[in-house]
Amino acid sequence: MSDRRVVVTGLGTINPLGVDVESTWSALRDGDSGIGPITLIEASDLTSQIAGEVTGFDVETYIPRRQARRMDRYAQFFWVAGKEALDDAGIAYEEDDPDAYRSGVVVGTGIGGVATFEEEFTTLLEIGPHRLSPFGIPKVIANMAGGQASIDFRLYGPNTTIVTACAASANAIGDAAAIIQRGAADVMLAGGADASITRFAVGGFAQARALSTRNDDPERASRPFDADRDGFVMAEGGTTLVLEEREHALARGAKIYAEFLGYGMSSDGYHVTLPRPGGGGAIRAMRAALDDASLEPDQISYINAHGTSTAANDATETMAIKEVFGDHAYEIPITSTKSMSGHLLGGAGAFEAVASVLAIRDGIVPPTINLENADPDCDLDYVPDGPRAVDVEYAMSNSFGFGGHNVVLIFGKP
Amino acid sequence: MDRTEIESKLTDLLVDELGIERDGISLDAKFEEDLDVDSLGVVELLMALEDNFGVKIPDEEAEQITTVGEAVDLVEIKLNA
Repeated sequence: MSDRRVVVTGLGTINPLGVDVESTWSALRDGDSGIGPITLIEASDLTSQIAGEVTGFDVETYIPRRQARRMDRYAQFFWVAGKEALDDAGIAYEEDDPDAYRSGVVVGTGIGGVATFEEEFTTLLEIGPHRLSPFGIPKVIANMAGGQASIDFRLYGPNTTIVTACAASANAIGDAAAIIQRGAADVMLAGGADASITRFAVGGFAQARALSTRNDDPERASRPFDADRDGFVMAEGGTTLVLEEREHALARGAKIYAEFLGYGMSSDGYHVTLPRPGGGGAIRAMRAALDDASLEPDQISYINAHGTSTAANDATETMAIKEVFGDHAYEIPITSTKSMSGHLLGGAGAFEAVASVLAIRDGIVPPTINLENADPDCDLDYVPDGPRAVDVEYAMSNSFGFGGHNVVLIFGKP
Repeated sequence: MDRTEIESKLTDLLVDELGIERDGISLDAKFEEDLDVDSLGVVELLMALEDNFGVKIPDEEAEQITTVGEAVDLVEIKLNA
């Protein structure tokens, strides 16, 4: 393990529950739902007509209009969350600031600019190539949220983008931490974003049988670990963390939320959308993260589960947690914040990392809402009755993606 | 459409389609230096001119335009051709 330790010094988010960290955290503690009927697109012919939309978002209050219109919504979300996190960390670089060259960005996204792709492809088919926008490609490509962030926030160090579906921004955080650990940067903006409430994405995920169709009861549709769950609920947003080398943070007197302690990864190597039966991949990723953090399973005091509300995930993840933690599994409060936010896809891992960090900060674990009739295969403590005071020494956050990507992060008290 | 109308409509396009601040727009304003229109913005401007004035502007003629006034001139010539 590197002697360069990594801490969290800034947080930012925009999502269906709030347009900043504190309003989001308040909603999570209160057990609010961010899910409602889809309004962003024509949804009457879609089987899933509900989603977690970012509301009350006027992009021009955050990003100058001229620039905002050159960015896809997913990149706008990353920008807004990134700005909040950097402001929170007290980081704003002048041109040619030496620290800017020691600062970078890693973005995780599931799809990138899918709304722009649909618009441009429609133009291509209906009118022709001469009417494609010159901004079509820059808006669509999945790395442009990072590109734009590096331009506007003056982050001149490492800049990469990870595309591992619903595990993407958990990978972004882990990879950003590794970049700091090996000395290639001192500060990294890490997180992710997706804006996939589009006809192709919602229609496509529905055809993959991944989405809830509880259209008449949106706020109760995302119900992880409940016997009546019927799929995940699409959501959109962006979330970022500022990761920083610990001595660097201490030297400038930065506020430190938590320490980044462990990063575990594995591949199921099994199926494009389904988890490996028995949860072998998830088990190996959790164990790898514990090893990386030099922790024993019984030291973990909170798990933010992947908990998508799909039939396959929640039962398999429960089985995997029981395998890793043994009897201690029944003593750990486990929550799925997706019960409230919906599934933020590539942005989910970072969102749940922020929830984990705030649980450490405040000693409060958010609940899993809508867990009314527990699945017999899901028999752990999912905190169904509201937020709970828990002294969280070490928090684990699980993220699993289509393609069999399993990513586990561990944070601890600073 | 007379020259004043072309100028007025072009100004609206620059504001609405390219997101340029109205205050900075004058006939003398240079696209690249004064209005910060980059190479991608030029393509966008041409598409906006073609869509909104119903004219066809070949690339080699487009490359000659450096100011707002020259764009007005070109549209006027095309409309009267």
